[in-house]
Amino acid sequence: MNGYLALSYLDVALAALFLLIAATVSLLARLGLERRLVFVSLRMVVQLALVGLLLKALFTLASPWLTLFAALFMLAMASREVGARQQRPLAGIWGYGLGATTMMTAGMLITVFALTLQIRPDPWWAPRYALPLFGMILGNTMNGVALALDGLHVALVRERVAVEARLLLGHTRFRAVQPVLVRALRAGFTPILNAMAATGVISLPGMMTGQILAGVDPREAVKYQLLIMFLISGATGLGVLGAVWGSILLLTDRRDRLRLERLAPPRERL
Amino acid sequence: MLAIEGLRSDLVGPVDLAVAAGECVTIEGASGCGKTRFLRAIVDLDPNRGRVRLDGRQREAMPAWRWRRLVGMVPAESGWWADRVSEHFERPEALPPLLEALGLPPDSPDWEVSRLSTGERHRLAIARALCLEPRALLLDEPTASLDAAATARVEALLRRLLRAGRPLVVVTHDPAQARRLGARRLAMREGHLSAMVEPPS
Repeated sequence: MNGYLALSYLDVALAALFLLIAATVSLLARLGLERRLVFVSLRMVVQLALVGLLLKALFTLASPWLTLFAALFMLAMASREVGARQQRPLAGIWGYGLGATTMMTAGMLITVFALTLQIRPDPWWAPRYALPLFGMILGNTMNGVALALDGLHVALVRERVAVEARLLLGHTRFRAVQPVLVRALRAGFTPILNAMAATGVISLPGMMTGQILAGVDPREAVKYQLLIMFLISGATGLGVLGAVWGSILLLTDRRDRLRLERLAPPRERL
Repeated sequence: MLAIEGLRSDLVGPVDLAVAAGECVTIEGASGCGKTRFLRAIVDLDPNRGRVRLDGRQREAMPAWRWRRLVGMVPAESGWWADRVSEHFERPEALPPLLEALGLPPDSPDWEVSRLSTGERHRLAIARALCLEPRALLLDEPTASLDAAATARVEALLRRLLRAGRPLVVVTHDPAQARRLGARRLAMREGHLSAMVEPPS
């Protein structure tokens, strides 16, 4: 890390100057955005300051149990988010449980794989490596799983008559839901496919930019970025497949029936 | 013979009913009384309890998808999952005589589903179910969306199935249709079946 240029708090505060200008314009032009702009940016400051403190503490304590606990907390938040992003999540415990199970399996498997076989810090669970890596993998898997499950459930409700028509014609439950399933999988894979297609051409990934700013040789930063992209897409793939497959199993039964009553009732649309 | 014993689901039953080979049973009743639910329970599309047999073959002894090939059901609203009509048919070679019997042109399989009228959709759905040559057939308001000519064709086709010894269960709102099919008329009230009592004329 030779060329790393440390920032002072004043530097950071100066960077907010243009945000303040934008807020002032909003105030003068009565756009009504200034309150939200100021509130959101203050919230961001608090969030990130806390995360910085927390990570610093976790890195210093270097406890495997605390690291695992932090990872599980991140997982819980991601599961809640997956549930909240669906118009019709599964009813009951599976509304969060399905996302949690698939993201935990895919996310932890891939994170441990990368830590023990490729990045190999000492110890392998060192929070400085494990937590940011797990966070990136989890965030992307969460996006994919939420999109896929939302698409699947909404489509099953909308196309119930068509799916049941196939069941009545003697198709198995898996054959009957196949077109809906394929579309849900596509929806889940789209963000990561788009990210892979655009990366390096339209945008430099945040992590790579960060490493380059921190003085790392761009070729090294690219290697890291590739590693991360492969891990992320692998985890997203596993997570999306697992979630969609699990959801199909829960929303049909052994007698080849569609069991949409196992979805939560529709939410009030705002 | 379609034999139903103690069939009950959420809103239906217990119902006992035996439909002999070549017999037509019609079910009438106010909407929401459980007629559709009853048909769905027979083909095992809703969770249910009870025994259902066709010609001595037990429903639970086979996978549900195979049972539904033996006991066909044409719901009131037909479902379509592909763009073209022909993609919904499993045995296209069985189709031409059915299309003719239902008054549909021979090129109708090439049509786009989105351009079909309600009546065309429904007649094609009947043809689609009959292509599989089910041993018994359940129909939910088979002629509700059809004009008189198309209704006559559908009823003629159903009479042909009866002559071939198939048991039929038809949900209908039309007492005249029951008479034209020579049916045993049953009434459904709050999920229970009883013989139709004719009001004194």
